[in-house]
Amino acid sequence: MAEERVRVKALGTWGLHVRTPAYLRGKTGIVERRLGPYPNPEQLAYGLKAEALPVFRVRFTMAELWGAQAENPDDTLEAEIYAHWLEPADAA
Amino acid sequence: MPHDDPFEHTGMSPSGHPYRPDQDGPLTRFQAMEIAIRELLIEKGVTTEAEIAAAIAYMDTRSPAGGARVVARAWTDPEFRARLLADGSAAVLEMGFPIEALKLIVVENTPRLHNVVVCTLCSCYPRNLLGLPPDWYKQRAYRSRVVREPRRVLAEFGLTLPEGIQVRVHDSTADQRYIVLPMRPEGTEGWSEEDLAALVTRDCMIGVAVPRRPQ
Amino acid sequence: MSGIDKSWHDMGGEAAGPIERTEHDYALWEKRVDALYTIASGKGIFTVDALRRVLEEMGPEAFETMSYYERWVEAINRNLIAAGVYSPAELATKMAEVEARGDEYAAASLDRSDG
Repeated sequence: MAEERVRVKALGTWGLHVRTPAYLRGKTGIVERRLGPYPNPEQLAYGLKAEALPVFRVRFTMAELWGAQAENPDDTLEAEIYAHWLEPADAA
Repeated sequence: MPHDDPFEHTGMSPSGHPYRPDQDGPLTRFQAMEIAIRELLIEKGVTTEAEIAAAIAYMDTRSPAGGARVVARAWTDPEFRARLLADGSAAVLEMGFPIEALKLIVVENTPRLHNVVVCTLCSCYPRNLLGLPPDWYKQRAYRSRVVREPRRVLAEFGLTLPEGIQVRVHDSTADQRYIVLPMRPEGTEGWSEEDLAALVTRDCMIGVAVPRRPQ
Repeated sequence: MSGIDKSWHDMGGEAAGPIERTEHDYALWEKRVDALYTIASGKGIFTVDALRRVLEEMGPEAFETMSYYERWVEAINRNLIAAGVYSPAELATKMAEVEARGDEYAAASLDRSDG
C-alpha cells in the first residue's frame, strides 16, 4: 500500500483550545494508522455537542520537524491529529 | 497493604517517598476549596462520600505493577503479544484491567527501534494501567525537550542508545494512551512471569529506561 | 508572516533545563481532587477537554506557581460553576464555613484524626 502523505495545516490557534501542537503545524508526515472517529475536542472544550472526526496517527522524521537542528535526523515522532487539521501533501 | 487507611498520611509513604510537605501545614486555600467542592457536591446529591472513597480506592489499585504484568505476559505468550500489539485495549481487558476511558496503543521496542512516550500539551498518561504519572512527566522540562532531543533526555535518565537504534517519540495529543513494550533482557530464559514482571519498572513502560537483569 | 502561534501550554520543542526527577506520593486532598474530577466527568458534568481548556486559560503564572492538583481544583471549580452545579455565592459561603473549622486540613475536612 502506498504511503499516505499528509501535512498538518499551518494555522494559528488564537489562544483557543486546540490539540494540534505548534511544532507539528506546517509539517509533513505519513499516516501510520487511522483511528476514530472521535468527538472534536475543540467543541467539547466549550461544552458543545461535538462532531465525530477521524483521527490520524502521523509519523514525522526529526529532520522534517527540526531541520538542520535535528538531534538525529532519522529518529521519528508520531502524534494523533484530528482530520480537520490535515491536508494532502501531494500538492507540495 | 499500601494506602490501607486513607486517613493515615504521616511520615514516609509505603513506597518510601515523602508526602507533600504542605500536607500537615496550615490549611491552604486549595485544600479548603477541595473540601468545599466535595461537600457541595454531596449536599447537591451529585456524589456521595462512598463514591469518592471508591474512586480513591480504585486509583490506589492502579500502579506500574499492572503494566509490568502485561509486559511479562507478552514476553512469555507470543499470541498474547500479537493481540496486545494489534489491539492494546482489548488485550489488557483480557487480563482484567477495566479500561473505560483508556484506548491503549502498545509500542514495541526492537533491536532497531526504541520508543518513548510524552504528552507535550498536558499530562496524558495511561493511568488506568500504570497509576498516576510521576511529577517529571507533567513538568516543563520533559514535555518541552523529549520531542526535540530525545537522546539527550534519555541519557539524563541513564539510557544511552547507539546510533543504529532509531528513537521514536509518541506525543499523546488526542484520544490514545501509550505504553512501551520493552525488550526482554537476555539471560531470563525460563523465568516465571512474576519474576519477569519484577524487572519492568514504570520508566521502562514510559520508555525512559529499559529492563535490566540483576547482575 | 507565519500564522502559527503558540499557546504557553504547548511546550513541545521549547528549550528547557534538566529534568528534575523528584517524585512524591499524592496527599489525601490531592487524591480527593482527582476523584472529584473522575466523578464529575464520569457523570457528564464537564469533559476532560473543558478541564484542559480552563487550565490553559489560567495561564502560565498558574503553571509556574501552583502545584498540579492546586491547578486542577481551581479548574474543576470553574467548570462546576459554569455547569450550574452550585453558584459562586454557595461556594463562597462554603469556603468561609470550611476555613472557620480550623487551620489544618484534617480538622477543616472533618476527617477522623485517629485513623
